[in-house]
Amino acid sequence: MPVDAILSAAPLKFALLCYVAGAFAGLVFFRFERAATLLSFGCAALASLCGLAVCAAALAGGMAAANPSFDLLPSLVPWMQFTVRLDPLGAFFGLVVSLLGLAISVYSLGYARGFYGRKNVGVLGAFFNALLLATTLVFLSGNAFFFLIAWEIMALTAYCLVSFEHEKDEARNAGVLFFVMSHLGTGCLILGFLLLFQASGGYGFDGFHALGDAMSPGKRDAAFLLFLVGFGVKAGIVPLHIWLPSAHPVAPSNVSAFMSGVMIKAGIYGLARAFFDFLGPPPGWWGVTVLSLGVISAVLGVLYALMEHDLKRLLAYHSIENIGIILMGLGAALMFLHSGHPVLAALALIAGLYHTINHAVFKALLFLGAGAVLHATHTRNMEEMGGLAKRMRWTALFFLVGAVAISALPPLNGFVSEWLTYQALLQGFGTTASLVRIMFPISGAMLALTGALAAACFVKAFGITFLAQPRGEHAAQAQEAPFTMLLGQGILTAACVFLGLFPTVFLKLLDPLTQQLTGEKLSGQLTAANGLALSNGALSGGTVSMLGIAFAGLALLAAPLVLRGLFAARAKTRLAPTWDCGQPGLTPRMEYTATGFSKPIRMIFKALFRPRREMQREYDFSPYFATTLRFESHVEEVFQTRIYRPLVRQVLRVSRRLRALQAGSIQAYLIYIFLTLLALLIFAL
Amino acid sequence: MSLDLPDVVLQTVLLLLLAPLVSGCVKNWKAKLQNRRGPPVWQVYADLLKFFRKDVVISEHASWVFSCAPYVVFVAALLAGLLVPMATARAPLSLFGDVLALVGLLALGRFFLALGGLDPGSAFGGMGSSREMTIAAVAEPALMLAIFTVAIAAGSTDLSRIVQFAQSPDWKWFNPTHVMAFAALFIVLLAETGRIPVDNPATHLELTMIHEAMLLEYSGRYLALMKWGASIKQLVLMTLLVNIFFPVGLAAAGPRAVALGVLIYAAKLLALAAAVVIVETTNAKLRLFRVPDLLSAAFSLGTLALLSTFLFQ
Repeated sequence: MPVDAILSAAPLKFALLCYVAGAFAGLVFFRFERAATLLSFGCAALASLCGLAVCAAALAGGMAAANPSFDLLPSLVPWMQFTVRLDPLGAFFGLVVSLLGLAISVYSLGYARGFYGRKNVGVLGAFFNALLLATTLVFLSGNAFFFLIAWEIMALTAYCLVSFEHEKDEARNAGVLFFVMSHLGTGCLILGFLLLFQASGGYGFDGFHALGDAMSPGKRDAAFLLFLVGFGVKAGIVPLHIWLPSAHPVAPSNVSAFMSGVMIKAGIYGLARAFFDFLGPPPGWWGVTVLSLGVISAVLGVLYALMEHDLKRLLAYHSIENIGIILMGLGAALMFLHSGHPVLAALALIAGLYHTINHAVFKALLFLGAGAVLHATHTRNMEEMGGLAKRMRWTALFFLVGAVAISALPPLNGFVSEWLTYQALLQGFGTTASLVRIMFPISGAMLALTGALAAACFVKAFGITFLAQPRGEHAAQAQEAPFTMLLGQGILTAACVFLGLFPTVFLKLLDPLTQQLTGEKLSGQLTAANGLALSNGALSGGTVSMLGIAFAGLALLAAPLVLRGLFAARAKTRLAPTWDCGQPGLTPRMEYTATGFSKPIRMIFKALFRPRREMQREYDFSPYFATTLRFESHVEEVFQTRIYRPLVRQVLRVSRRLRALQAGSIQAYLIYIFLTLLALLIFAL
Repeated sequence: MSLDLPDVVLQTVLLLLLAPLVSGCVKNWKAKLQNRRGPPVWQVYADLLKFFRKDVVISEHASWVFSCAPYVVFVAALLAGLLVPMATARAPLSLFGDVLALVGLLALGRFFLALGGLDPGSAFGGMGSSREMTIAAVAEPALMLAIFTVAIAAGSTDLSRIVQFAQSPDWKWFNPTHVMAFAALFIVLLAETGRIPVDNPATHLELTMIHEAMLLEYSGRYLALMKWGASIKQLVLMTLLVNIFFPVGLAAAGPRAVALGVLIYAAKLLALAAAVVIVETTNAKLRLFRVPDLLSAAFSLGTLALLSTFLFQ
């Protein structure tokens, strides 16, 4: 298909229609589980493949052609147009949602089988399609009203999917928490958009462009804060993150992958859209705020992740960490725009957005792997896993790739985007003479801390889950996941490798985007050695080439192999039990546990965690020979206990007072209505 | 910037051959300082050769990760070594990676080392992995801050450029920035290479061991690769230190200059090794939970080094 044909509105409409068809197919065929699975997830896969082609073609074409823009539905009310438009920022996020949609849909074909006979798979498929559709529309809508409708549908379908296994208390509670927090955010967004409407006189996104200049500084700052909180809730920025670690794990794993991979990125999309597209040149403190929030989210996210032994909760906390890293890029970009360095701003923005797609890819991969493990072992508790690398070879390999990528280790994609973030931060040191510049290297050092802690966390996650002896019966009998589930993971693994080895190819796709938001194109500047290496853009620069590192590594592998051939040709390999200190009978109970693994870190950061432990020992004659031992260890969740619980208590207290108004007498209510009306009339005069 | 194959081969050979020698020297000198005779300087080579020839015993609980880990550890250390300028002022693979990539490659090796420790399912291995990853996590910010200080001064993260900048007349020998950054990096060197006061390389089978605990189940050629990889990593970090902070005698081109460069480089390395030996002999090993204090001192030194770039420009 020629590029023009792809760029016309037709394929995009087709993709959106496919999602709708998939949703209906799931509902219509809900009695026939196989058909419902095949049709709904098949439609979702087709739709996302189509969306992937459209967005990639649009970005690769430099968005030179007129962007497709059409009304999805006829407008019912003036101002409220259902405009779908494909601009560079939207197309980039559309690319992310489509890529993940494809992999997750393929995975779901096999994963949904786990629910046969137990749950209504048709409903799962229908909501899944609706979620994909709503998320796509969030990225492609060109009107604030339409955006908010799509945003709400996204939140509601996600709520339904979080509480899909509603017979569990945990899922219901998490669902409600998600629902409340999400609407808190939406409330802020509505206010923010109203401020923009006041300045522009319309709801179209085209009219919002660079509106900051037309607003008074006070209103602009208010809009900034409203959008920061509104989108920040969805992104899971600390301290607005509390819904995330409880909602993501309880959803079915394919949905967790989508939520952590894409849905929280809707928050990032909103922040980028609001800060760089709408609100115009930023004052200095915006960037400082966003950068600081990023650092705090990154460090706290990974620290809490380390304390988890629930595999999916661990991954959910890592989403907070990575959102923090993305925010570091965005915050630095705002600071550079303030100080008048658009090229550096483009670099920092590229770092943040590159990390956005990277995190989407490896986090979805890890969640899909966790889903396969869950499928096989029927538990999320890592302390009951182990030995799965022998039983689920492919899943282990894919999970390992994801773990290396998220730990920002070369030669995979996580390293590339963190490298770009480091470069942006380091070059930021020279942009200002004030003491603010010390923030850049300190943030860089915190990024290093985050990376190293993430590596520790994934040594734990992979090591305890997949290595050594199985710690539970289910783990011992685990079987490899079906082919479609492996294929879904394989697609994302390939994406991790591609984004790691060929960053210069991918950076070309970001050109229209940085052009739109900062007025600079950087892919040429960032490419060195004919696309083999990635440069930091500065003249005196530094370069990395993951492709080069990978090939050099393969070549250097010759050294140990030659040495082996020379000296160890006659050496034999034999299997033997692990050394047991001369006391035969090494059991899985003697292995290191996930809790034990993170103990040193719990001790070092005990000011934050406030670890508490209880031990009860029963013995017959000497305390050294206990007959039974009960051990409990807790970590305090500071944000819940220190901020949210007191807040909720206050809200409840106020609402108890207000209850006096609601006495149940109709006459009193009529008076309230009359008084309100009167007040409004006076206000209107 | 192009790739020079002879340079790559030369530096690879240098890394492979020099690393055991430095480890051997440290062992021998430490023994001398403690009034022991000690193993000869060449002992490490003999050990490695012997390990290579021995049969391999693998734990029956271990998976494919256990057998892959030694190769990753070894190759990652070698690759990191090719990103550092050793005897000449240009690193052979500087196009492929800067100082951040070097830190990343060392972290990659550590990641697989820790997984190899967990795989056989022994409590010792898990303990070693847990401690190794913890200490690395606390050491990383200090390492990065010290590196940022020199990178910002040189305006580049490319190690060849950093070293070349250090040779330029703009560079001052004993300014406080460099002294503090050097001190920070030296502490990180002790932590990363498992030296007293952080870990004791001479312990085997004690509850305080870290690096040795992870290697407990390795034998034969796998053990050789692990040990060799560790000594290459040590050499790389030491090279980083001596060449960034004492950039004398780095050769430009020509065989004679290179030969002289190698000699001067070896002399600088041995001087640093002597410093490590003195620190190891005069200090006791710290308790595990005192180590973060030491490393936060390194972090503070790094921060001070950065701040002092304002003051002493």
